[in-house]
Amino acid sequence: MLKSLFQIAFLLMFVSGCATTVEPYDYTALKESAPRSILVIPPMNNSVEVTAPYSFLSTITAPLAESGYYVYPVSVIDSFLKENGLPTPAEMNSVPLEKIDEIIGADAVLYVSIDDWGQKYNVLSSVTVVKGHLKLVSVKTGGLLWDAPIFAQYNPNANSGGGLVGALVGAVVSQIAGEITDNTPLVSRMANNNAINAKKRGLLYGPYKVIKEKQ
Amino acid sequence: MKNFLTTACLGMSVLALSGCATNKTQYYWGEYESLVYQTHINPEEALPIVQIEKLQADIQKAKSANQSIPPGLYAHLGLMYAANGDKSLALDSLNKEKELFPESTHFIDGLINRSINNK
Repeated sequence: MLKSLFQIAFLLMFVSGCATTVEPYDYTALKESAPRSILVIPPMNNSVEVTAPYSFLSTITAPLAESGYYVYPVSVIDSFLKENGLPTPAEMNSVPLEKIDEIIGADAVLYVSIDDWGQKYNVLSSVTVVKGHLKLVSVKTGGLLWDAPIFAQYNPNANSGGGLVGALVGAVVSQIAGEITDNTPLVSRMANNNAINAKKRGLLYGPYKVIKEKQ
Repeated sequence: MKNFLTTACLGMSVLALSGCATNKTQYYWGEYESLVYQTHINPEEALPIVQIEKLQADIQKAKSANQSIPPGLYAHLGLMYAANGDKSLALDSLNKEKELFPESTHFIDGLINRSINNK
């Protein structure tokens, strides 16, 4: 009996992983602003991995769009900014909001910083790490609408790893996972999904979200 | 009894866990984000003509899967047509982005005026 009680407690710990008692995010500013469109500026890179900003950029459209927002075409925006005298993400991050309003017309800008990125070699195995921060800002007021840390790591040698990735990332990723040998996009997707879809602290749904009725 | 409880708990926890992971997407993503990656990381493996082919295939697949085209896909396709020198197809794609997502109108119109018409 005691043993089964332990088993129940153990399983409850797992279940509660879905709904932890986290402090809910203060959504006042986000609800008031109710942005329809998000411009993602190529990330500021504080990691040593030079490919980090653009690898990240290939993983952020889907989770934001699936949450119901219009997301400006990331490569088109990047090449547009480059053609207009902003060759690097660092320069792109310093574009004034008035200019963004005037030229792009976005409701909100997502600023991203990357703090750690890529393969970490340990004694017995290596893990791929993605760590950074997302900050959604209103273009009209400059006010903070939502922010979240992003973090995920993946150890391809761990047996549970594949299952976890599969479960968390789902259909979006399975189509491309096999094509890319660099697994940072996969880990970046996990990190973004964890942050954007977090209960009580995730990004609220935007206007394009199709809510499926429960049967 | 013990076995029953354990099984029941396992079943419940699996159910609860699977509630966290939804696999259905609102949009048909296909290769779009993978092509964004290639565009910046391995551009030699994603020449405009190759990207155009893949994106057009995705548009067909989305139609047959009865799923929506994601934001940005048509604009990205337009960028590839422009890079390939197909001005009118570039314009068609950019206008399609506007049609699907009116939020893009201001940016796309400016882009057409500044970039496409000047080339």
